[in-house]
Amino acid sequence: MKQRGIRSEPLFFERNPERRRRQGFTLPPLDVPDVDPAAVLPAETLRDTDPGYPDIGEMEIVQHFHRLSQLNYSVDEGLYPLGSCTMKYNPRLNEQTARFPGLAGVHPLQPVEHVQGSLRLIWELEQALLAITGMAGVTLQPAAGAHGELAGILMIRKALEARGDARDAVLVPDSAHGTNPATAAFAGYQAVEVASGPDGTVDMESLDRLMTDRIAGIMLTVPNTLGVFEHRIVEIAELVHRRGGLIYMDGANLNAFAGRALPGLMGADAMHINLHKTFSTPHGGGGPGAGPVVVSEALVPHLPVPRVVREGDVFSLERENQASIGAMRGFYGNFLILVRALTYIWGLGSNGLREMSDIAVLYANLVRHRLEEAYHLAYESPSLHEVVFDDSRQAARDVHNTDIAKRLLDYGFHPPTMSFPLIVHGALMIEPAESVGPEEVEAFCDAMLAIAREAEESPELVRSAPHETPVSRVDEVRAARKLKVRWTPDGDEKSE
Amino acid sequence: MHPWIGAGDDDRRRILSEIGLTSVDQLFESIPAEVCVDRLPMPDGRDEETIRIGLAAMALQNLSPDCVPSFLGAGVYRHVQPSVVDAVLSRAEFFTSYTPYQPEISQGTLQAIFEFQTLMCELTGLEVANASLYDGATALVEAVLFAHRVKRGKLDRVVLAETVHPMYRKVLSTYAGPAGVEVVVVPPGDDGRVSVDALCEAAGTGETCCVAVQSPNFLGVIEDLPAISGAAHDAGALAVQVVAEAVSLGMLTGGGAHDFDVVCGEAQSFGLAPGFGGPHLGFFACREKQIRQMPGRLAGETIDSNGRRAFCLTLSTREQHIRRAKATSNICTNQGLMALAATVWLECIGGHGLRELAKACFARSEDLKRRIADLGEPWRLAHPDAPTFNEFLITGPGSGDELAARLAADNVLAGVPSHLWGGSWADGLVVAATERNTAADADALINAMGGLS
Repeated sequence: MKQRGIRSEPLFFERNPERRRRQGFTLPPLDVPDVDPAAVLPAETLRDTDPGYPDIGEMEIVQHFHRLSQLNYSVDEGLYPLGSCTMKYNPRLNEQTARFPGLAGVHPLQPVEHVQGSLRLIWELEQALLAITGMAGVTLQPAAGAHGELAGILMIRKALEARGDARDAVLVPDSAHGTNPATAAFAGYQAVEVASGPDGTVDMESLDRLMTDRIAGIMLTVPNTLGVFEHRIVEIAELVHRRGGLIYMDGANLNAFAGRALPGLMGADAMHINLHKTFSTPHGGGGPGAGPVVVSEALVPHLPVPRVVREGDVFSLERENQASIGAMRGFYGNFLILVRALTYIWGLGSNGLREMSDIAVLYANLVRHRLEEAYHLAYESPSLHEVVFDDSRQAARDVHNTDIAKRLLDYGFHPPTMSFPLIVHGALMIEPAESVGPEEVEAFCDAMLAIAREAEESPELVRSAPHETPVSRVDEVRAARKLKVRWTPDGDEKSE
Repeated sequence: MHPWIGAGDDDRRRILSEIGLTSVDQLFESIPAEVCVDRLPMPDGRDEETIRIGLAAMALQNLSPDCVPSFLGAGVYRHVQPSVVDAVLSRAEFFTSYTPYQPEISQGTLQAIFEFQTLMCELTGLEVANASLYDGATALVEAVLFAHRVKRGKLDRVVLAETVHPMYRKVLSTYAGPAGVEVVVVPPGDDGRVSVDALCEAAGTGETCCVAVQSPNFLGVIEDLPAISGAAHDAGALAVQVVAEAVSLGMLTGGGAHDFDVVCGEAQSFGLAPGFGGPHLGFFACREKQIRQMPGRLAGETIDSNGRRAFCLTLSTREQHIRRAKATSNICTNQGLMALAATVWLECIGGHGLRELAKACFARSEDLKRRIADLGEPWRLAHPDAPTFNEFLITGPGSGDELAARLAADNVLAGVPSHLWGGSWADGLVVAATERNTAADADALINAMGGLS
């Protein structure tokens, strides 16, 4: 965060308080006869007044958003070591290609002869993702990771129903991301928790006991949210398959092994891939992402429609298919995000993707090496692309993970992930990702070490952080109690 | 080595030496050898120039509707695009940031979401709006599941007008079964509007959690919103309005003014490229008393420890990262940057401007309707007397598919075939006009139509 400069910005609605007429944009001229809507449409269908927005000029709008932008931290500013979020560099080439008019301007319902380029692009990305995962089929439709999870679980459900073997629950390890149990519930399954063993991986005895004929399958994150590889993955898959279940793999952590290992060899039946993690498409302050799902032969018939079909050099769309789970969303996916991901995959290629995971894992192990003296390592198992510490040492001085996180903001870094895994109390889940320079990773380690010293010597300084940000610690409890989720002219608040 | 990877070969050796290893392979020993490969079956990395040329070649295989007169709509519309929108979206402070879970360094994103929520409340006529959903189709799904929760999961029936975008209905059917919801579809009358009596009959009493209509509907016709919300409430159900052309809300009253409980849909019209179908922008607005059942993220105003105004994500106890299996939705990443685009677009266009823009769409559509009616047989307006906004159904010499293909051969994208997803209505074209369709575009369409018989 810059010390100089902007620390707050009025709301758009607070501008031009007298609501004087100004202009932010000029519309094209109306070169057909004007029609008074009131002369044609029933009165009750028409707005009485214009939407009550202030009018402001173009420069004022640009200033407004420029100033707001200065209140944000971003990947371009510094390390963003959010575990399991893979905040890597967003190549500018991606942004260029996604803005090609021949891609961005295309309407999804143009005749297929007019959109052969878009259909080919989808097909190319499908082939690339199949090559990277060693799976049999793929859909690019889901709009985000959680949406991909849902598509995968619905396919599993459909496959079991097709076999006449409806089941009512899925297993979810206790280390899983919150979307896993939420997805299971959304798909109509009960989520049954599986305990982790002492090394942080799935406990085989618990799995053996829980994997009954009511269990549709298991949702496994590989490597898991501790950054630990499920080293018995093949054994787990065999056990689950033997008992009639299927394997859902959460691909949020694909950055740990892309180019080295194939989910297709691990026994996965479905796995979503977060293009906004592993494949560098921007997070956009909370989307849009894309969550393609790769599947095994068993699930190919159940892939969502519409699907791109290739015959020779001609592409078409299959819109209906009885065995399919149906459509997960409108049209064919977040297409312009797919363009960015294909750009990135072409840029790295087979050799680059392997190097990507090499450096991602190397950086995480550098962080582990440098910080394990000062912070308690939650699990001793080998770390892949991320490492999980906890705040147990600092908690002795009443300094907790959220305090450490807020103090990191003062040092100019985004904090690690803290909200999960739930099995680690006071978690600090750190994933540097491969795209930054090593000096940035080292500077982050230095900041973490400095905060560990501060926790010993001046804990209040850490507890009261942040001190250098545009706003000081934000009262999130008050936000929920005195709910105000839109601007109103009189600024009233409603208490709950 | 690669420009998108921050460490080179020297760095790799140095770091390995610091952590006491000789090869990076040692870091991967926890992965069983049987699942590993030496390389992927795909080409090695390419340079920027090669990639740009390769993707430009694909773009050239597409026909961009900016190059020919286009009247395609059906949920995706071409509206004016102020240059400011992409300039703001290209700022790395916005597009490379994460979900604003750390409010102290995310006030820019959070305040923009808060502004988006306020803008959408004004347009929909409802009290609270969320930060975004994936798209219009999934917004309908979320509205149905919301109504199901509000009715405590006891009313499993959903009554849907057939004139809700058929693609949205198709998406709903994917989710309905697993969610234990039964969907009953009510066809439109000859006037292109859903019959309120038929809705009442389908809804019964105390059996239905919501009645959902789209207005303007898939055929372009404005539904009788006051009567529909009354019927829904008489049946003990929530009334849901779906909007696929969000610009209509600049001229037409949003459902909130007609006592609808939910107004949701697609806001691609607010500054988003057609983009071959995505990313677009789902929106969702409801009453404040039901906010705890609302899906998706929500920004709220609060204060910081010095008492200064600040914003943060709120009511996250509804969400998956807290509630896990009991969350209102499994949604996590959604369409944040698209909501920012809509915010910038709406703030540029302004309230007066939005009404003017909507009226221009309406005027161009009315002009086209008149000219098509004047063409006479075999061309017809399917619902000549129905109130429409900027879209309408026509029939002509052939099926919708044939008409679209024959007019495309004349370099006019005349409309979307009305039977693309089936339907009980006439097989023709759904034609949309926006402020970007000039009189010359209309001439081209009318001439091309006149040439077919």
